[in-house]
Amino acid sequence: MATTAEGFDVHHDDHAHDHADHKPGFFARWFMSTNHKDIGTLYLIFAIIAGIIGGAISGIMRLELAEPGIQYLHWWAAFMGGGDDLNTALHMWNVFITAHGLIMVFFMVMPAMIGGFGNWFVPLMIGAPDMAFPRMNNVSFWLTVAGFFSLMFSMFVPGGSGPGAGVGWTVYAPLSTTGSVGPAVDFAIFALHLSGAGSILGATNFITTIFNMRAPGMTLHKMPLFVWSMLVTAFLLLLALPVLAAAITMLLTDRNFGTTFFDPAGGGDPVLYQHLFWFFGHPEVYIMILPGFGMISQIVATFSRKPVFGYLAMAYAMVAIGVVGFIVWAHHMYTVGLDVNTKMYFTAATMLIAVPTGVKIFSWIATMWGGSLTFKSPMVWSLGFIFLFTVGGVTGVVLANGGIDDNLHDTYYVVAHFHYVLSMGAVFSMFAGFYYWFPKMSGRMHSELLSHLHFWTFFIGVNVIFFPQHFLGMQGMPRRYPDYPEAFQFWHEISTYGYYIMAGSMIFFFVNIAYALMAGRKAEANPWGEGATTLEWTLPSPPPFHQFETLPVITDSMDYHDHRPASA
Amino acid sequence: MGHMHTRIKQATFALIAGALALAAPITVAAQDAPAENPMVTQSTPLEADSVEAVAGAMATSGEYVPMAPTKGKGMPTDPRTGEPGAMAKSLTFQDQYTADGQYALWMHDAILLPVITIISLFVLGLLFYVILKFNRGANPVPSRVTHNTKLEFIWTIIPVLILVAIAVPSLTLLARQYETPPEDAVTVKAIGYQWYWGYAYPDHGDFEIVSNMLPEEEALRRGEPYQLAVDNRMVVPAGVPLRIQTTASDVIHAFAVPSLWFKMDAVPGRLNEKLLVIKEPGVYYGQCSELCGSRHAYMPITVEALPAEEFAAWVRAQGGTMPGEEDAPAQAAAAAKPAARLASAK
Repeated sequence: MATTAEGFDVHHDDHAHDHADHKPGFFARWFMSTNHKDIGTLYLIFAIIAGIIGGAISGIMRLELAEPGIQYLHWWAAFMGGGDDLNTALHMWNVFITAHGLIMVFFMVMPAMIGGFGNWFVPLMIGAPDMAFPRMNNVSFWLTVAGFFSLMFSMFVPGGSGPGAGVGWTVYAPLSTTGSVGPAVDFAIFALHLSGAGSILGATNFITTIFNMRAPGMTLHKMPLFVWSMLVTAFLLLLALPVLAAAITMLLTDRNFGTTFFDPAGGGDPVLYQHLFWFFGHPEVYIMILPGFGMISQIVATFSRKPVFGYLAMAYAMVAIGVVGFIVWAHHMYTVGLDVNTKMYFTAATMLIAVPTGVKIFSWIATMWGGSLTFKSPMVWSLGFIFLFTVGGVTGVVLANGGIDDNLHDTYYVVAHFHYVLSMGAVFSMFAGFYYWFPKMSGRMHSELLSHLHFWTFFIGVNVIFFPQHFLGMQGMPRRYPDYPEAFQFWHEISTYGYYIMAGSMIFFFVNIAYALMAGRKAEANPWGEGATTLEWTLPSPPPFHQFETLPVITDSMDYHDHRPASA
Repeated sequence: MGHMHTRIKQATFALIAGALALAAPITVAAQDAPAENPMVTQSTPLEADSVEAVAGAMATSGEYVPMAPTKGKGMPTDPRTGEPGAMAKSLTFQDQYTADGQYALWMHDAILLPVITIISLFVLGLLFYVILKFNRGANPVPSRVTHNTKLEFIWTIIPVLILVAIAVPSLTLLARQYETPPEDAVTVKAIGYQWYWGYAYPDHGDFEIVSNMLPEEEALRRGEPYQLAVDNRMVVPAGVPLRIQTTASDVIHAFAVPSLWFKMDAVPGRLNEKLLVIKEPGVYYGQCSELCGSRHAYMPITVEALPAEEFAAWVRAQGGTMPGEEDAPAQAAAAAKPAARLASAK
C-alpha cells in the first residue's frame, strides 16, 4: 500500500528535481504569489489572525455578560475614540457583536476552509499542478485582506451613537440606513463587497480547476469527498454572493444616494432586505460547514483504515444540502409577519435538510463500523465534530418549526444553536483538518499530547459556554443584549467561565504550532498510514513548490473512493 | 454634546411619529408626563424625574393601581433563589398563559425534546460503540464494506418519517397561531420607537400609552424585576381575544412576551397583526427582540391582563371609551380636538 506512494515519489523526482523547487524571493513569493500552496498558507495565517481578533472580541462580550449592568463598555467606548456617555457605551456593544459575527464568518471560517484548506488540497487531491487561475487566486486573497482592513477601519469612524458599525452581521435596514449616521456602516459594507468579490473569484477558480484539471482517470465519481465538498461550496458561493452584493449595494445607495429600496417612506420595504440577505445568508451557513463535512469524511476514512461508506450518497447528500439550502431562507424571518402558508412551506422545507444531514452522520459512523480505528488528533477532533454537530443539528430541527420559533427567535437558544454548528461544527472540523494536514503543509509533526489536551479542554470549554445558552434562550433572554435582568445571571456567569476554559485551551494550540515548527519531528510523506489514500499523501511533506508536472494516472480498477495512482 | 444629539434624535423621531399619527390623533394618557407633546418630551428611560411624576399621578388617580407581579409568573426564573424547583424551572420555557403557548410548550416537551434527546444520545452511543468495538486493538483488520443499500434506505426513510410526525403538530400549531381575530376582538397597536414602546387603543378612543423602562431603584421599590418593568404598562383584558398589531416609527423592533409565546416584529411601514388570548389576569414581561440600536436592551414590555371590568375602568381612567358605550358626538369632538381632550383628562 505504502509502496505506491514511494513509487510515485521516485517517478516525481526523475522529472522535477531541477525546476520544481525554484522559489521566488521573499516579497515576490508572499506578496505576488501565484502558488496555490503559498496562497493557502497565507489564507491560513490570515484566518488565524482574524480568529484571534474575533475570539478576543467574544471575550470582551463574555466578560461584559458575566454579570448584569454595564461594566467595561464605557472603557471600550473611550478606547475606540467615542464619548463616555451611556449611549456610546451601549453602541460599542453593537459594534462588538457586529465585528465578531462578520470577522468569524467572512474572515476566519471562510478564508480558513476555502482559501486555506481548499487552495492547499484541491489541486493536490485531484492531481493538478496548481489552480486554474493562479494570479486570480492571489487577487482573491488580497481582496479578502483589503476587506478585513475596511472592516477594522469601520470600527474607528463614526457610526451613529458612537464609533463603528453597530448593526449586527445581518446589517438589517433601516437600522443600517437611516438608523446609522456616519461612514462606519459604509466601510463595513465595503468590507463585504471586497471579501465577497474575492470569494466569487475564488469560487470560479475552484469550479474551473475541479472541472478541468483532474488527473487522467479521476472522474467526478472518483474525486475525494473533500473536493466534492469544495465543488458544492464553490457553486453556493457563486450563486449566493451576488445576491448579497446586490442587497448591500442597495443599502449603500439608500444611505448615500437617496434611493428608497428599503425605506417605506419612498415605497420601499425593510423586509425586502431581509429576503435578499437570507437568500444569501442561508446558503452561507452551508458554505461554512460543507468543506468541514468534506474534511471529516477524509479523516474518518483515514483513521478507520477503511474507505468512506456510501461514497455516492455522501457526495450527493452534499449536493442536496446545497440545493435545498437555497429554498429555506425565510426560516430566519419567521417573526417578520409572513403569511401562514409561507411559514408552513418554510417549516417543511427546512426540516427536510435534516435528511441528507442524517445520511452524512450515519455514513460517518458506518465508515468507522468494522474499521480499525486509531485516535490520532485529527480523529478525536472529528469524533467531537460528529457529536457536537448532531447536537447543533437537532436544535435546528426545533427551530425549524415556525410555531416554536415564535418564542425562540432572536433568543440565546438561536445563539446556542448556531454556535453548536459553527463554533463547534465548523471550528472542530477546521482543527481536525489542521492537525490532519499540518504535517503535510509544514513537513513537521505536531505533538499528539498537546493536540489531545487542546481537544479536551476546548471540548469542555465550548460546551460550558454554549450549552447553558439553550436554557437562557428558552427562559426568554434575547440575543444582542449587553445587559439583562438578574434572573439570567447564573447561566451567563457559567457561560463566561466556559470562555476562560476555551481561551486557555488555545494556548495548547499555539504552543503546539510553535513546538512543531521549531522542534517537531520531520514528517514522512504519509504519516497516517495505509488509511490515507488520497493523492496528497503520495507527495513528500512538504510537497515540492511545483507538483505533478507529470500527471498521476488514476486507473479504472479502483473503487469509488480509492485514489492511489497506479503503481509505478 | 451627546445629550443634545439624543434630543435632536428624539425630536426627529417625534416628527416621524407625528406624521404616522396624523390620520389618528393621539390622546394622551392621564399618567403620562405632564407636557404638551409626549413624543418630544419622552425622557430617556434611565432618567428618574418623569417616572416620579408618573408614580405621583397614579397614586392620586385612585382608580387604577398597577397589579403586583406574581413571582415566577410571566418572567424568567432565577435559579439562585434556592426555592424548590427554581433550578429546574430555569432550564426550560416560562410557564405559558395562552392556549397556543401551552400547545407549543406541549409540542416541545412531549415531542421535540424527547426526539432530539434520543437522536443525540443514539449518535453518542454509536460513537462510543465504534470507539470500543472497532479500535485497532479490538479489530486489527478493517472490513472493506462500503455499501449497504438496505441500511442506507433505512437511515434515509426513518428520519423522513420522524420529520413527518413532527410536521403534523407543527403545522397544526401554525394554523392555530394564525387564526383570524374575531370582529369584536380588542385591538392594541404596539408601536416600536427608539427606545420605548407606544401602545395605541384604536377601539377605545385611540389614546396612546407611552411605555419606558423603569430605573433600577424605582423598579425595586415597586417590587418588579429591573429591565423588565416599565412605567406605563400595556393593559389588556384577560380571557378575551386581542388583536395585537405591531409597527414601528424608526427601525425594526420586535414585540415579544415569552410567557405568552408571542413574538412579532414591529416593522416601519408595515402593520403586522396576530390573535392573542391571555387565559388569566397577570403581569407578563417581555423585551424588544430585534436589534434596534444602542438602547435595544432597555425597552422592555410589560403586559398587564385585567378582568374585563377592571380593564374598562382603566380605559376610562385614560380618557378612553369602551366600544358601544361611547357617545358619538363626544368621540367626534375628541378626534377633532385632542388638546382639549388632554386638558379634560387632567
